[in-house]
Amino acid sequence: MYAVLTGPVFYLSLAVCFIGMAVRFYLYFRGLSWQLDRVAYKAHPKAGFNGAVRSIYKWLIPFGTYGWRTQPIMTIAFFCFHIGAVAVPLFLAGHNVVLQQKLGFSFPTMGAAMADFLSWMAIAGLLFLVLRRLVLPEVRILTDKKDWGILLLTFLPFATGLAARYQAGDYGFWLTTHILTGELLLFAIPFTKLSHIFLFFASRAQLGMDFGIKRGGMKGTKMAW
Amino acid sequence: MPEGTLCNKQPIDTAEGITTLLADKSGKKYYEEMKHLEVDSDLLWKTIQNTCKSRIRTWLEICAHCGMCADSCFLYQVDGRKPTQVPAYKIQSTLGEIIKRKGKVDADFMIHCMEVAWSQCTCCNRCGMYCPHGIDTGIMFGYLRGLLYQQGFVPWELKIGAGMHRVYRAQMDVTDADFVDTFEWMVEEYEEDFPGITVEVDKENADIMYTVNAREVKHYPEDLAEAAILFHIAGENWTVPSKGWEQTSLSMFAGDWAACKMQVESVYGAMERLRPKRMVGTECGHAHRATVIEGPYWAGRKDGLPPVESIHYVEWLAEALRLGKLKIDPEKRIKQKVTLQDSCNYVRNQGLKNAAREIMSYIVAPGYFVEMAPNKEHNYCCGGGGGFNGIGLYRAQRNQALQKKRDQILDTGAKLVVAPCHNCWDAIRDLEEEYEIGIEWSFLKPLVIKMLDIPEHLKPKEDDL
Ligand code: HEM
Ligand code: HEM
Ligand code: SF4
Ligand code: SF4
Ligand code: SF4
Repeated sequence: MYAVLTGPVFYLSLAVCFIGMAVRFYLYFRGLSWQLDRVAYKAHPKAGFNGAVRSIYKWLIPFGTYGWRTQPIMTIAFFCFHIGAVAVPLFLAGHNVVLQQKLGFSFPTMGAAMADFLSWMAIAGLLFLVLRRLVLPEVRILTDKKDWGILLLTFLPFATGLAARYQAGDYGFWLTTHILTGELLLFAIPFTKLSHIFLFFASRAQLGMDFGIKRGGMKGTKMAW
Repeated sequence: MPEGTLCNKQPIDTAEGITTLLADKSGKKYYEEMKHLEVDSDLLWKTIQNTCKSRIRTWLEICAHCGMCADSCFLYQVDGRKPTQVPAYKIQSTLGEIIKRKGKVDADFMIHCMEVAWSQCTCCNRCGMYCPHGIDTGIMFGYLRGLLYQQGFVPWELKIGAGMHRVYRAQMDVTDADFVDTFEWMVEEYEEDFPGITVEVDKENADIMYTVNAREVKHYPEDLAEAAILFHIAGENWTVPSKGWEQTSLSMFAGDWAACKMQVESVYGAMERLRPKRMVGTECGHAHRATVIEGPYWAGRKDGLPPVESIHYVEWLAEALRLGKLKIDPEKRIKQKVTLQDSCNYVRNQGLKNAAREIMSYIVAPGYFVEMAPNKEHNYCCGGGGGFNGIGLYRAQRNQALQKKRDQILDTGAKLVVAPCHNCWDAIRDLEEEYEIGIEWSFLKPLVIKMLDIPEHLKPKEDDL
């Protein structure tokens, strides 16, 4: 089992995720239509580019936009979860050992204390997002079974990773389930709303181009996100 | 009965068609027939496949169902925070559902979609600014309206309105001759007060070609005279076209994209014929949106721009005051608390937040201008946008929608609201009628005329009087 998961399935999950998302990224931009979207993307590349960059980076800053500022608790939960969700998989020492072995390259790594901190922070953030989904009527009405599935799928690699990390019980078992659930997550990315991990940038860029070109950018007003 | 005699999929292309539909008071029979109108699912699905591309599909797919857009929608706020008013829910349960079912929906469902698209969204685009993924639900509702229009599920008034544009190239039955006659006649009325004032029709190569809202011709001809007076005093070289003078587009509210194209091409035709340096439009929000912001795309202009530089009235007025073409008598400036309604259509949707504020700085005595909260591109819709003002069927919902603007105005403490947008102006008038909060409201033109410092040579001569 372990051999299969760290062998062919490992490569396959990465390939499905990254090739899948490359295709989706390509299809996204190919599917943009200046006339249907009513944004002259090609005619004004510079205004479009500026708008796109602003639209992305403003939203990546905690409390950087009106939207984040009007919902501070949500904002804190969002960033607690997402900082961990992005940084831990990429920069965890353990992950990079695997990467180096399997693919022959690795990223800079963070210390164990940092990794623990970010992982717990991510779990706390995620639990808060779950709580919010259970409690707030305006979020409940939007929630379907798939949302719960995605949350579970996201939660499992963190939970099992930490269980392995603290050697809670059978280390081998937790490590195997961790790798399995981590790979499941990678498989799911191109086919579910988890595709937002990449398409967030596409979607924000598009609206940014809209504002940068048509809705004020070319009149010299920068959108106050 | 697949198609009704009044309610059907055919656009209205004749004056008789308009008269027949208008004769059905409040659309009683029209809405009755709608219940049995057959949905052409094949056409619906084919249209979606051809026009619903990656932008909207991705929006529908990656929506995190997080509800961060809820509070940004004023209709959610005024409707007791009903979860069914959450922007993401509104669009997922209508457009999202139609796509999920590949167009296989029935008349009841389409009528439900119509209600949501026209009475639970004014396409104000505010929620798009509050969604972390940049999902603009207002844009998707505009798209949904197009699908509904194509299938004949559109409010009675807007079916008629779109027909007006098809037949008259105007939102009302105002002909080109009516327009020219009314403008000339109104200007004549002021010849004594403003010697030398004229309106030249179809002058080529003028600095400004002025375009209007047909309502001004039919119901507020004073507005035409006021525009002429201000151009005259500012010493502008201006003209109006005898054809292509109407800037508004009820067809945009209706989702009748073919009519949108016809309408805007008539204005671009005038630009090409008369070759003015610039086009200036009247104090209307959706008119500017239709002709200047969205219009180029309907007309297939790849640069997304009209044939000549086109500006909103607030831009022209701000410039005229800045350059001293128009001078304000400081004594006559507004000396009461006054606030400003930012029209979504040119503020959120074209960034013109500074022009009207610059004007306020000239016409209001220091200390009397109070901003609404929130304001500029974050302002709330007046409550009557996207055609809402004009739809009898949804009057109760519209009146409820006015509460947000009412409360925003009350919070400023101002008794005068400047509304440089026809739709907003109407909505504010209606909110005063409905809630009687004791306010007045005004366009900019009449306010500015009252406080102008007119140069001697433009004043009537003593002995002429
Ligand atoms: C491609 C599949 C993956 C493999 C092969 C893998 C492998 C590992 C390994 C070897 C460890 C170290 C366990 C130890 O301390 O002994 C680990 C820990 C961890 N992994 Fe993964 N992982 C994968 C995917 C993921 C994903 C997708 C996530 C999260 C989204 C994730 C989150 C974590 C966390 C939170 C820890 C514990 C961090 C800590 O030390 O506090 N892993 N993983
Ligand atoms: C740079 C990368 C990413 C960006 C910009 C991003 C952005 C977002 C945004 C804007 C939302 C919607 C707001 C919310 O519901 O909290 C969201 C939700 C979510 N993201 Fe990400 N994300 C990224 C990476 C990830 C990763 C790596 C994961 C998983 C390992 C992930 C899992 C989730 C989940 C599960 C939700 C939904 C939470 C809920 O159900 O309330 N995201 N993301
Ligand atoms: S804020 Fe955006 S992502 Fe969240 S529910 Fe609303 S539309 Fe969906
Ligand atoms: S566009 Fe405006 S009215 Fe429509 S859902 Fe969004 S915020 Fe509400
Ligand atoms: S009527 Fe005025 S405030 Fe309302 S959507 Fe239109 S421009 Fe905006």
